[in-house]
Amino acid sequence: MSTRDWLLEDSPHSRWQANVGRAYRVFTALLRNPLSVLGGIIILALVLTAIFAPWLAPYSAIGQDLANRLAPPSSTHLMGTDELGRDIFSRVIWGSQITLTIVGLVALISAPLGLLVGAVAGYFGGWTDRLLMGFTDIFLSMPKLILALAFVAALGPGINNAIIAIAITSWPAYARIARAETLTIRNSEFIAAVQLQGASPLRVIVGHVLPLCTSSMIIRVTLDMAGVILTAAGLGFLGLGAQPPLPEWGAMISRGRTFILDQWWVATMPGFAIIIVSLGFCFLGDGLRDVLDPKNEGK
Amino acid sequence: MPTTETPDSAFVTRRRWRRRLGAIAGFVITVFLTFLGLLAITFFIGRVIPIDPVLAVVGDRASNEVYAAARTAMGLDQPLVVQFFHYVVNVFSGDLGQSVSTGRSVVEDLSRFFPATLEMATIGILIGVLLGVPLGVIAASRQGSLIDQIIRVVGLLGYSMPAFWLGLVGLALFYAKLRWVGGPGRLDIFYDGLVAPVTGLLLVDSLLAGEIDIFWNAITHLVLPASVLGFFSLAYIARMTRSFMLDQLSQEFVTTARVKGVPERMVIWRHAFNPIRVPLITVIGLSYAGLLEGSVMIETVFSWPGIGNYLTTALLNADMNAVLGSTLVIGAVFIFINKISDVLYRVLDPRAR
Repeated sequence: MSTRDWLLEDSPHSRWQANVGRAYRVFTALLRNPLSVLGGIIILALVLTAIFAPWLAPYSAIGQDLANRLAPPSSTHLMGTDELGRDIFSRVIWGSQITLTIVGLVALISAPLGLLVGAVAGYFGGWTDRLLMGFTDIFLSMPKLILALAFVAALGPGINNAIIAIAITSWPAYARIARAETLTIRNSEFIAAVQLQGASPLRVIVGHVLPLCTSSMIIRVTLDMAGVILTAAGLGFLGLGAQPPLPEWGAMISRGRTFILDQWWVATMPGFAIIIVSLGFCFLGDGLRDVLDPKNEGK
Repeated sequence: MPTTETPDSAFVTRRRWRRRLGAIAGFVITVFLTFLGLLAITFFIGRVIPIDPVLAVVGDRASNEVYAAARTAMGLDQPLVVQFFHYVVNVFSGDLGQSVSTGRSVVEDLSRFFPATLEMATIGILIGVLLGVPLGVIAASRQGSLIDQIIRVVGLLGYSMPAFWLGLVGLALFYAKLRWVGGPGRLDIFYDGLVAPVTGLLLVDSLLAGEIDIFWNAITHLVLPASVLGFFSLAYIARMTRSFMLDQLSQEFVTTARVKGVPERMVIWRHAFNPIRVPLITVIGLSYAGLLEGSVMIETVFSWPGIGNYLTTALLNADMNAVLGSTLVIGAVFIFINKISDVLYRVLDPRAR
């Protein structure tokens, strides 16, 4: 039996085989969509760039070369240099680590939080549901960016506080999704079976409800990542996110503002990096939605 | 002598009114609760998170007696619930505190800066609607064509391009290189302060004063930031219009109309477009609210003296009263527009009643 047959077997012999088989099916379906392949390549490139930044970057991210200030793009400095003579190309490469950290941490904080709130609300129903969802709806109808700004203003500028502020403002959407999914699962027979075996609500939610919410959650989180990157860059641009000399892309654009009229490359180059990475997440998210959630196909 | 029908129809009318009143009451209650939630969040941000607000006033070298007196004067020795109650009462009586950096009351500052934001966002949404809706309809009616592909790319760029970056690129290109538009600010310096603010909207005020020069100058300054904002609402509106239209065009009544021989223009603009007008209102409302938020970034780039610029300046000066005041106002407008478009949807679409 070939590996492929083992992966696609209709009656898998173990949970592991079923999971791997499903992952394989999703993966091959994704490969059929050129845009999601492109998105995947961009995200993979972002991860690899972040890991291998020390070897990929031709110059240091913070090393100054005052003799070479504001040099236009050339073969020695692919994207030119900034006002302290730092190589912008190298800084963009090092900046990928910061972007990846922000995106990863925001997803790790807000998605589980939203999942938990939504699943608890949907599973218990009644007043628990009304209270939790009322709270969620209030958060949902706030302007996210403004709220994040106010949080950072209170917590103090810095990359950690920026991550916390973005996470605080992005969990409600996940709570809504998790609740909707939980409501459709709650009355299924397999849940009743688990309950009759005496499983505690915690066990039912964590072991049997949450796993079924993950695919719609993955879609939503991937699609939201573009927004997270933009918000983080916006906070950096306003001087509230990553602080100098960290090579955060938004902060780099902010530094280049002063020179935009004459040395356009200082501000524009990091912007291209932001656009490419955000587009990557959009493409991948769209592709994942088509594969994992056929209801929405073609939108 | 009443006929047998009269009590029935009176009953129906009364029931309809009761339902309508119920809907309005529900609307008022949700808006009120959401606004209370917003107040709770700003209260939480302002009073609970930061380092001691008393220290910020008296300084860290104040004696214990001075500190305690200031603490009592600020009402901080009372329970949080009481403090929150006072906060809500203050906000509803129009008191948002003093701004440390401008020395005026926050309410006065906000009413001075808000019209500039309103003007920019309104022109922006006009651009977004007037271009976005037709483009979305055309893209859907010619699915797969070049224009459809362009709309899809624009839609994606709207999700993945930083607004402040597009503003900077626009400044570098259209102002510095091509000299097509005016630079940062609302007017050239030598026109500044010549028009008495009546509405605060420069385009209106300059026309009221009969100053055509100033009107044109204001337009050259407004066109770039408004277009940048307009681009983002265009991207969103066109994407949603396209998706709504595709839904409609695949319906059977559209096929029926085509089979009957209705001209394609009529099929698209009458049969398919009419039903999507109501959901589009919601989309446009959301987009308008989003523009108010987007203006925070754009105003910084263009030194636009609006509420967003006020907010970011306050952020950098740690002027918490101003920060929370502008957060409240932007949040309240945002919530209000959201809920209004939600209600409009329910009133206009008979299926959603």
